[in-house]
Amino acid sequence: MRVLGIETSCDETAAAVFDGERGLLGARLYSQIALHAEYGGVVPELASRDHVRKLVPLIEGVLEDAGITLADLDGVAYTAGPGLAGALLVGASVAQGLAWARGLPAVGVHHLEGHLLAPMLEPEPPEFPFLALLVSGGHTLLASVASQGDYQILGSSLDDAAGEAFDKTAKLLGLPYPGGPELARIAESGRPGRFSFPRPMLHRPGLDFSFSGLKTAVVVAVRGVPLDDQVRADVARAFQEAVVDTLEAKCARALQATGLPTLVVAGGVGANRMLRARLKALGHRTGVRVYYPRPEFCTDNAAMIAYAGHQRLAAGQRDSLAIRAMARWPLNQLRPPGEHAA
Amino acid sequence: MKVLAIDTATEQCSVALRLEGRTIEERAMTARGHAEMLLPMVERVMVEAGCTLADLDGLAFGRGPGAFTGVRIAVGAIQGISLGSGLPVVGISTLAAVAQQFAGTGEAVLVCMDARMNEVYWGVYARGGDGRLTLQGTEGVGPAESVFLDDPRVVMGVGTGFHAYSVLKGRFPGLRIDDTALPRASDIACLGELALRRGEGLQASGAQPVYLRDQVAWVSAAQVK
Repeated sequence: MRVLGIETSCDETAAAVFDGERGLLGARLYSQIALHAEYGGVVPELASRDHVRKLVPLIEGVLEDAGITLADLDGVAYTAGPGLAGALLVGASVAQGLAWARGLPAVGVHHLEGHLLAPMLEPEPPEFPFLALLVSGGHTLLASVASQGDYQILGSSLDDAAGEAFDKTAKLLGLPYPGGPELARIAESGRPGRFSFPRPMLHRPGLDFSFSGLKTAVVVAVRGVPLDDQVRADVARAFQEAVVDTLEAKCARALQATGLPTLVVAGGVGANRMLRARLKALGHRTGVRVYYPRPEFCTDNAAMIAYAGHQRLAAGQRDSLAIRAMARWPLNQLRPPGEHAA
Repeated sequence: MKVLAIDTATEQCSVALRLEGRTIEERAMTARGHAEMLLPMVERVMVEAGCTLADLDGLAFGRGPGAFTGVRIAVGAIQGISLGSGLPVVGISTLAAVAQQFAGTGEAVLVCMDARMNEVYWGVYARGGDGRLTLQGTEGVGPAESVFLDDPRVVMGVGTGFHAYSVLKGRFPGLRIDDTALPRASDIACLGELALRRGEGLQASGAQPVYLRDQVAWVSAAQVK
């Protein structure tokens, strides 16, 4: 079965084709980062306007990359939520219109399910069950994944997502938008021990996270301190260590509590080098296998949507003709492919 | 000629199929149900006509102005349908579609649609050389106080703007008013057929909204994520 995947939940427009036998046949992505840079954040209406300009050419391009035509498709999958409602609607409308015109089945995919399953696109995919750490600009959660669609959320952020904390701290330091990756980059030249930030929620039981206090700690620490490049790097290093320590400790706690043999790290922050190194080391120490998607499939992409949708369509799941876009959609409302979807 | 038309720009969601001058239409009033209702309505109209996409000559959609998100539902769906079928597509002004409802009277009309935020989308439509209602000048968006009329042929004021902003009725006391008219897919199909006959059909990616209100970043600055 060959499935077109469409993703427009935030500020990336993306299309991909996944083939059940041959794997990923093509993936294209257009990032709106430059569009939103002058506002210092994603402007929802501008995001929607850009999706409606870019999506169809991206679909045409990815079909060309895959060396196929619309006649070679067996289904269409699109991100139905969660995300920005107006942005989601663009991808959902195009996907459902296209599927109806071609007489193809369509399925709305949960964006976070896409992220959790992204490592399945790699040559050596993980096996179920696994513990998943999903860390991105919009989400921070730990979930026990028994199979696709069977998710138990063990902990999540009570306030800011980890990626959001990275971006906000970068903004405090005057780094260009979106600052998270840049903060991680300059952290490498930071000197250890110059600043020290709290490890939020570490001394409390449970697997929830909180990152907004860490941002406040940075505000307090740099108050009155002249910010030259070295100081910025020192703050970035201390901040990144605090976040990574926290994520690592909660992963260790969750692995111990669940006894799961495998850890999957997904989401944009999952591309962070320090986090990857520390979780790899954690795996070595505890005998747990650690899996990541390649960096371009950590951030938002359509390959993961095509894959997750393929699994559902191949199991016979079919959506109605309703164009679905849910800004909020709890992950634990999902059901395994083929069972009645939430 | 056979044309499928859809519109989701206002609180009315509508779908029409124009078949050699005969029209089948389905309309529904909805605040937020456009996305859910649109394609089932399309499917029903096609089934009722015993028609498939392969029988059609082209597609038309309400390209705005209207609710931003609403307009994009029709645009996205028609992009998908056009991409999937290869049918040419034309965007029709929702203001022109409202004016078209009154084409039979032979009179020129001022169309004012409620644009929220104390503004209206507006345009003046009068008979052109071909005898059809044609936009005079350009479409505009602005406060009701900014609407002006220098065409003495205009005797009717139509559209929800006259309902939302009573100042409009006061400004143009000589006009007969219909303040309930909303764009309909049947009129978009009719105007779409003319545009397709003129060879204005585009490929899927050419189907794009016209918002008129393009200063949106400040509107949304408070929503920056």
